[in-house]
Amino acid sequence: MIEPISISLEELNIPTLLPMMVAIIGALVILCIDLAVKNLHKSLYVMLTILVLIIDLGTVIGYSGMTRGFFDVMLVDGIAVLTQIIILISSALFVLLTLSQQRFHEYKYPEYFALFLFMVAGFQFMVASDNLILIFVGLETASLALYTLIAMHNRDKSTEAAIKYFTMGALAAAFIAFGSMIFYALTGSIELGQISASLVANDFANYPFILLGVVFILGGLGFKLSLVPFHTWAPDVYEGSNSALAGYMSIVPKIATFVVALRFFEIFISVENRWVEVILYIIVVLTMTIPNMAALVQKDVKRMLAFSSISHAGFVMGAILVGTSQATEGLFLYWILFAFTNFGAFAMLWINRSKNSYGYSTDHPFEKFAGFVKISPVGAVIMGLFMLSLAGIPPFSLFWGKMFLLSATINADYIILALIMALNSAIAAYYYLKLIVYMFLKDAEQNNFVKFMENSSNSTKTLVGITVFLTISTVIYIDPLLEVISTYVQISGY
Amino acid sequence: MEHILSILIFFPAFAAVLGFLVAKNSIRTYAITVTTIEFILSCYLWMNFDNTNAGMQFTEFIPLISQYGISYNLGIDGISLFLVLMTTFMTMISLIGLTEKRDLKHLVITVLFLEMTMVGVFLALDVILFYVFWELSLVPMLYIVGAWGGKRRIYAAVKFFLYTFTGSLVMLVGMLYLGYVYFQATGNWSFSLMDWNMLILPIDMQMWLFAAFFLGFAIKVPMVPFHTWLPYAHGQAPTIGSVILAAILLKMGTYGFIRFSLPLFPDASVSFMIPMAILAIIAIIYTGMVAYAQEDIKQVIAYSSVSHMGVIILGIFALNVEGIGGSIFLMVSHGIVSGALFILVGVIYDRTGTKMMNEFGGLAKVMPMYATVFGIMLMASVGLPLTIGFVGEFLSLLGFFAVSPLLTGLAGMTIILGAVYMLVLYKKTFYGPITNPINEKLKDLSGREISALIPLVFLVVYLGVHPKPILEPVDNSVKQLVQVMYLKSVEPTSKATIASVNSIGEMK
Repeated sequence: MIEPISISLEELNIPTLLPMMVAIIGALVILCIDLAVKNLHKSLYVMLTILVLIIDLGTVIGYSGMTRGFFDVMLVDGIAVLTQIIILISSALFVLLTLSQQRFHEYKYPEYFALFLFMVAGFQFMVASDNLILIFVGLETASLALYTLIAMHNRDKSTEAAIKYFTMGALAAAFIAFGSMIFYALTGSIELGQISASLVANDFANYPFILLGVVFILGGLGFKLSLVPFHTWAPDVYEGSNSALAGYMSIVPKIATFVVALRFFEIFISVENRWVEVILYIIVVLTMTIPNMAALVQKDVKRMLAFSSISHAGFVMGAILVGTSQATEGLFLYWILFAFTNFGAFAMLWINRSKNSYGYSTDHPFEKFAGFVKISPVGAVIMGLFMLSLAGIPPFSLFWGKMFLLSATINADYIILALIMALNSAIAAYYYLKLIVYMFLKDAEQNNFVKFMENSSNSTKTLVGITVFLTISTVIYIDPLLEVISTYVQISGY
Repeated sequence: MEHILSILIFFPAFAAVLGFLVAKNSIRTYAITVTTIEFILSCYLWMNFDNTNAGMQFTEFIPLISQYGISYNLGIDGISLFLVLMTTFMTMISLIGLTEKRDLKHLVITVLFLEMTMVGVFLALDVILFYVFWELSLVPMLYIVGAWGGKRRIYAAVKFFLYTFTGSLVMLVGMLYLGYVYFQATGNWSFSLMDWNMLILPIDMQMWLFAAFFLGFAIKVPMVPFHTWLPYAHGQAPTIGSVILAAILLKMGTYGFIRFSLPLFPDASVSFMIPMAILAIIAIIYTGMVAYAQEDIKQVIAYSSVSHMGVIILGIFALNVEGIGGSIFLMVSHGIVSGALFILVGVIYDRTGTKMMNEFGGLAKVMPMYATVFGIMLMASVGLPLTIGFVGEFLSLLGFFAVSPLLTGLAGMTIILGAVYMLVLYKKTFYGPITNPINEKLKDLSGREISALIPLVFLVVYLGVHPKPILEPVDNSVKQLVQVMYLKSVEPTSKATIASVNSIGEMK
């Protein structure tokens, strides 16, 4: 007979689940509204989603310090709170983008917004746990919702992208499950803290198996983070999904996965486990360099940005390799600043999205932007600004992230890695410049009737305005931002 | 005026933003007024500058990222004072002489932003702030060359950008490393140059860091073998782009050597004296010869710039008061002279649409005034005594004479080679019969061109005869710099070298 489980309600600490519950209930409410009243305008759902996200944010900020709950599977520490804040704010900004000028198929369905909230809840579960099973469940919830969101764009390429992403994602999920299994077999636990304690206590006995487990988990997380050599899906999926969602995918799923990677690799980095460091080092260098080379030859801006965001992920992965608390702060700083800039860049693409292809084979070829500055100086300057920021030209936002991360890398005596990072930034400058060259220096092609800013509406313009402001004025708010980040990082002990 | 330096930096930027609201037909006057005010402000700074004080003056300090010691820290001393004055002056002159018609508004606003970054580079005392302005200056220049340049402008602009960007990123790694070293040594984070100047580094670390900074600065100067971007950039840039590039942007590199490399890495500087001098002499002789072989007038002047920058580097790495002081004077004078020469090339390019020497001949008859001004600038460029070019060149060579008479003799080729290529250029273009009938109807200098060129002619002669107003404040700060180097060097041999090269004029 199974023993009755007796646990008091206080020990369960249900409030740790509150943020996720808000998102899930919000999603259910949206579905119920759709059942009751048909043919409502998307703006209603957009605003409801934002409201839900705001309440969610409120419950997240309410926490401070370490809290465990729900049979110890929930772990709400500093970085969990910080990451959830980033996720929620980015999600709210993303939802605003759906209020575009032109009508797109997917936004007609309220399910789109419900799925979106389910996905947010999934990411929140991922970052607020150190239990491999819950991480897995959160990851899958989020991923399944995301596959559907991509497919709902309803073009040939989107379906292709969704299926590609799904197959790759399924493989990654299997990898993570398999890796977790190996660790369970080795240590008898699926909680990262206990795995760490047990591994250290046994002085990493059965090292080949541990490495095998690391490789599987790294493979699984690598797919999600699009680390080389698991990155091949990324450009196709970005190209297939709409620009706004592509921008979202380059930021939010990755920060969630970064946190998981941070928690996982901390076990090995903190004891300076040599082979794991070597594996990570190689992956970091490859992830920075190879997509950079690939981005040089792209003919479509969106694909170029896809490759560039892989390379940025490599940069941040470097912070996990370095593993000092300054590097962890650098990771968050970099990703927050990257979020603004990259979001802005994808939002500009989204604004310039047109239902008319003007005879080009892709949505955003470089040629389309030729002579942009003559037609819309403000649009071109804003787009140029985002490119400069992505390239790391001071004093725009990403320069500070890059500088901070480089500094952290140098301070941990990884001089060679820092030099590789610096040289990669120089290579990256070329493809960002390419777009600037098209926009500012080239004249529009003959017989070119491209209309720019066709898809812009007040809400998208506001969003771009916010990101522009955040990109330019980084120097003003970086000091308080760093302070917030370092408080959160330090209370969770990374 | 407490915040005069901040005003100097941000006034042009502010004016540039407001410039968007000025109507197209009035934008030229607007820009000239703004840059004139900026120049007057910098003159006001000069008037209030204390010549006897060798240290930093008018300093400003606001912490930006207090956690990591990054701050908004400005200051000016004798070394940077005249570079700032030259920057504001040449920007003003280049806008007065501006003849470009296409997209004038965009161009003018870009130049104003560029002025902000250039002044910022010379005034920043925080290393990260310096880096910010240093990198930011690439963007307006990219736009100027890329949008208003010649046929291969995009290639030239991108090459310029990537070349300098790569070098500076390596320099950034060096800067961050040095910041970390400072943290380890003192327990505090600081990126202030004044704090770093207190730091005494072991010699091998100095070598590596010198190399990192060298890459950033040498590409900017440009020193052989990193000079290949420059002829392209000059060849394709519009007149105003060439003027600013040659007169000011190149000086950022040499300024960086004086401001950072020498005081921070004194031992490394001493050990790199001869290698740097050899690079400089290669630049002087090789690019001098290349200049002789050019058909394009603008390319001749572009290569002569590289050659003269070699003399500046030579003067800096003499590591004595004469050499460094002379090189600073040469920076200013080269700024004025090369700026003037590029404006002059622009004059005939505007009239004929070509700048090839073989298309011209006998211009002295048609354009006597033009020929006169060109002649004066040519003499200054060659380094004729009693012109501005002579003082700096002479002092730089004199300084290096204390290090190695042989190398100085080789470097003296600059005067001979300079005379050869410039006089040949002058002969081919201005003397002989008028080969091309179209040229018979060329108009002489217009009022606008005269008003841009006359102040330059005046300065060339005045400072050539009476260089003291510049040399005196420079001298004080350079003396202090050399003293810092002497005190900070760790190896006894470097101390001895610094002492021995600084014994010019002393009784033996």
